[in-house]
Amino acid sequence: MSAAAMRVADDDLFRYVLRLGDLSLVLGQRLGEWVGHAPALEEDLGLANTALDLIGQARLLLAYAGEIEGRGRDEDAIALLREHGEYLNPTLAEQPNGDFGQTVVRQVLIDAFQLELYERLASSADERLAAVAAKAVKETRYHLRYSGGWLVRLGDGTEESHTRVQSALERLWPYTGELFAEDDVDRAMADRGIAPRLTEVQKGWMSRIDALLAEATLERPHDRPYSWFGKRGHHSEHLGYMLAEMQYLQRTYPGARW
Amino acid sequence: MGERVEDKHQWPLYEVFIRARGGLDHKHAGSLHAADAPMAIEHARDVYTRRQEGVSIWVVRSTDITASDPADADSLFEPARDKVYRHPTFYDIPDEVKTL
Repeated sequence: MSAAAMRVADDDLFRYVLRLGDLSLVLGQRLGEWVGHAPALEEDLGLANTALDLIGQARLLLAYAGEIEGRGRDEDAIALLREHGEYLNPTLAEQPNGDFGQTVVRQVLIDAFQLELYERLASSADERLAAVAAKAVKETRYHLRYSGGWLVRLGDGTEESHTRVQSALERLWPYTGELFAEDDVDRAMADRGIAPRLTEVQKGWMSRIDALLAEATLERPHDRPYSWFGKRGHHSEHLGYMLAEMQYLQRTYPGARW
Repeated sequence: MGERVEDKHQWPLYEVFIRARGGLDHKHAGSLHAADAPMAIEHARDVYTRRQEGVSIWVVRSTDITASDPADADSLFEPARDKVYRHPTFYDIPDEVKTL
């Protein structure tokens, strides 16, 4: 393989690992915003546990991305010192918490995606990714059990809870298209046996989601065209505000430790 | 007890019992609020097993526990106080026995 081809190949892997890591990082940060504000103490802890699982996944993935990049950036530098357009999480992850129902809907959509993805990544040709996925898949099964449980309770609950989660679903559904929109990076990873085909992931995801929606007496919204592409760095307006808060400490006190 | 209308604004209380390791008994860990038993298990997992405290969880509605009345303590427990012969302290325990 020529040097140029090598560089491109590594850049694909770098971007792919960043996408995975940023998805966990951004969603974990969002869930962390619930701490102290959840509807019940028990839910506060439940959301925080999931947030910490996700941050843990992000640490492993972003540290690995730093090694692939080979420019000496560690997990903190990558997580906390990049610019807006360098984050490669799908746009869905950065959508605001809204009410508890909207958080639950966002969580279900992403948990099911990560579960289908990690189950397949566990047999990735890339050993590091396979190891991270093997650990993460256990965490993610619980995440979906939690979020899916709430989706059913709220969807099949009172008239108000049903209306709220259905409207959250309408609002967030358009962002799910991006999860399965295969681009050059996704194709390169699949060709190298590192990542699964997104069409496969989508099939598994859709059957999980359909089963949950049926149990929750919710209707799957229609697919609509979308114009954002967070996994290529084109984000909604919400990410910037989140990053301002997330990066505040590192930006204000560079290299701070405790 | 039961599903009174005013109870719907407050989840019922559950008592949580955790088994720390296989072979040990479930021990009372605390209590929490949950809408039903499956949710109580999940809450117990999130609240009481965050630091690997357990391998098994039991939950039971607090209202389903019948407790002794502290006012009856005299008649229930006092009579056992002077019956030292009920303790197996008069046996020699072989050194090989590690736990008894």
